[in-house]
Amino acid sequence: MPEPILELKGVSKNFGAVRALYKVDFAATSGEVMALVGDNGAGKSTLIKGLAGIYPFNEGEIYFDGARVTIHGPRDATDLGIEIVYQDLALADNLDVVANMFLGREQIKTPMRLDESSMELAAIETLRSLAVTTLRSVRQPVAGLSGGQRQSVAVAKAVMWNSRVVILDEPTAALGVAQTRQVLDLVRRLADKGLAVVIISHNLHDIFEVADRITVLRLGQRVAEYETKKTTQQEVVHAITAGTLEYVPGMADDIS
Amino acid sequence: MSVNESTEVSGSAVLVEQQSLSPREYVGQYARRVRSGDIGSLPIIIGLIIIAIIFQSLNQNYLTPRNFVNLIVQMAGLATIAIGVVFVLLMGEIDLSIGYVSGVAGVIMTLMLLPPFSFPWFVAIPITLLLVALIGLVQSSIITSFGLPSFIVTLAGLLVWNGVVLILVGAGGTIIIQDRTVIAIANSFLPGIWGWVFAVVVVALFAFVSIMQVRNRRKVGLSATPMPIVFLQILIVALLVIGGVYVCDQDRGVPFVGVLLTFFLVTFTFVATSTRFGRYIYAVGGNAEAARRAGIAVNRIRIYGFMLSSFMAGCGGIILASRLRSVSTDAGGGALELSAISAAVIGGTSLFGGSGRVVSALLGALVVASVENGMGLLGLSAGIKFVVTGFVLVLAVLVDALARRSRRSSGIA
Repeated sequence: MPEPILELKGVSKNFGAVRALYKVDFAATSGEVMALVGDNGAGKSTLIKGLAGIYPFNEGEIYFDGARVTIHGPRDATDLGIEIVYQDLALADNLDVVANMFLGREQIKTPMRLDESSMELAAIETLRSLAVTTLRSVRQPVAGLSGGQRQSVAVAKAVMWNSRVVILDEPTAALGVAQTRQVLDLVRRLADKGLAVVIISHNLHDIFEVADRITVLRLGQRVAEYETKKTTQQEVVHAITAGTLEYVPGMADDIS
Repeated sequence: MSVNESTEVSGSAVLVEQQSLSPREYVGQYARRVRSGDIGSLPIIIGLIIIAIIFQSLNQNYLTPRNFVNLIVQMAGLATIAIGVVFVLLMGEIDLSIGYVSGVAGVIMTLMLLPPFSFPWFVAIPITLLLVALIGLVQSSIITSFGLPSFIVTLAGLLVWNGVVLILVGAGGTIIIQDRTVIAIANSFLPGIWGWVFAVVVVALFAFVSIMQVRNRRKVGLSATPMPIVFLQILIVALLVIGGVYVCDQDRGVPFVGVLLTFFLVTFTFVATSTRFGRYIYAVGGNAEAARRAGIAVNRIRIYGFMLSSFMAGCGGIILASRLRSVSTDAGGGALELSAISAAVIGGTSLFGGSGRVVSALLGALVVASVENGMGLLGLSAGIKFVVTGFVLVLAVLVDALARRSRRSSGIA
C-alpha cells in the first residue's frame, strides 16, 4: 500500500460529555478514492470538520505528507491543500461561475481592479481539465445551473488551488441518475489526476462504483476499513450497523 | 450512458468556441434573454417614455429644456442617496436612517460654515462626510456585533437623527447658507464650451473602456461582444450625452450636479463591478454563509457597506442643502429615505439582496423625480403625488417580479 498523504492517528473529539469521535485512525492516499461511511451520528461530519479546521480534535495526531501538522483554523487546512466541498456547496447563486470559483481569492490587476480575463481563463482551464463540459458559459449565474453542474462547479472550485486532498460531503445526495453519473465520473477523474479524494455518502451503490477503499465509522469509532474490491455491500452494511466497538458507551473506566 | 455522451459533446463544443460570436448571434442571444425575462433596464426606459408622453400631453412645459435642466437638479440629491442604498440592498440589508442622516449632513455642514467655526467649504464638507460615515460605522457595528436586524437599528437611527436635526437647527428655525461655493454645487451650470468638453470626455471614456475590454478579451482568446455591437453601444451613449448637453445648452447649460452624478455613477459602478469589495458585497447578499466560508470577513464588508450608504446620504444631503440654499428643521424629512429606497428598487435593485446595479439608482431617481416634477407642473397636491409615486413603485416591483418568474421558468436565475 502506498504512503498516505493524509493520516489521522487516534483522533478523538468530545462535545462536553458526548464522545463524537474516539481514537479514530483514518488515511487518504493520493490517486485513491476513500469512502467514509457510517450511520447518522457515526462521526463522519465531526471528522471532516476537524480536518477542515472548524474545530480542533481533543487528542490524536494529524500527518500530512509524512510530517506531523496541526490544523487550528480553515486557513491551515487550505494552506495544506485540503479542500472540502460541503453538502450545501456554498455557492453564491447570484454570482457567475468564475466569480464563485474565485470567491475570496480573486486575482487583482493594477491597484484594485479584478483581473477578470485571467480568472475566466483559469476557470475554463480547470473545468476543462476535469472534463466538465456541460456548462453553456462560465459567465452564467450559478442560479441557472442544474444540481450536477453546481456540484461540478463546487468541485472545480476546490481543486483549483493546487489542492491535494479533496473531501466531498454527500456529493450525490440530491441528484438524479444522469447527474449522479456525471459527479461520480468527476470524482474518479479527480483521483486519476493524482488527488486524494475522500467521499462521504450514504449510498453504498455509488461508493462501490467509485471508491478504492471504505472506512466505516460507528458511534464515533472506526470499526472497519475495506478494500472495495475485496468486500461486499453486505459486509459493509454489517459493519455500519453492528461493527465491533472497542469502547462501549457507558463504560465509565474508559473516560480518563 | 448515452445521456452523458450527448451532453459532453455539445458542451465541449461550447467551451471550446468561446471567442467566436457574430453580431447576428449576439442580437439573437439578447432577444432570447429579453424573451426569457432577463430584461435589464428595458422596462424602466419604456416607463420613462410613457411618463414623458403622459405629462407632455397634459402640460406643454414638461418636455422643455428648462424643465429638463430642472429635472436633473431635482433628482441629483435623491439619486446620490439612492446610490448608497443600492449597496445596502445588494447586501440584503436596509438602511432607513439615510433620510435624516442626509439632513444631519446638511445641517452640520451649514453650522460649520457659520461662526463660531467659520470653516471654509473645503474643510466643512470633508469633516461632514467623515462624521456621517461614522454614523454608518456606529449603526452597522451595532447590527453586526449583536446580530440585530438592520431594519430595527436604522429605524432607531431614523428617530435619533431626526431628533439631532431638530436639536441642531433649533425650534422652527431655518439657517441660510451664505458660502458661494456650497451654493454653487446645485445652482451652477457649465458654460457652453465646458458642457461640450464634458460630453466629449464622457463619450471618449466610455468608448475607450468598451473597446479595450473587448480587445483584451480577444487577445487572450475569450469570447467578447462583437465590435459592431460595441460601436452601436458607443453611438447610443454618444447620442444620449450629446443630445442631453445640447438640450441643456438651450437653457442654462449643463448643471454641475449632472457632472457630479456622472462621476458618482462611473466611480461606484467601478467599485461594484470591478473591485474585490464590490464582489464581496454581491457575495454577502447572494449567500453570506458561502462568503464566510470563502474567507471573506462578512461583517467587515457589511460595515463598509453601511458606511458607504451613510457617506452617500451625506453627499446627497449637502446637494439638497445647496439646492435650497438653507437648512431647516425639515432637512432630510418628507419620507426622503423611502423615496431613495423606492428609487433603487424602481431602478431594478432587488430588496432581497444580491441583484442590482448602481445605474438603477439613477434611473429610479429619474422616474421618481419625473413623476414628481410632472405633477408639480400640473399643480397637483402633495397627497396625489404620494399616491401616484406609490403606484409607480408597485408597478415597478410587479414588472420585476414577473420578469423574475419568467427567468426562473426558463432556468436562468
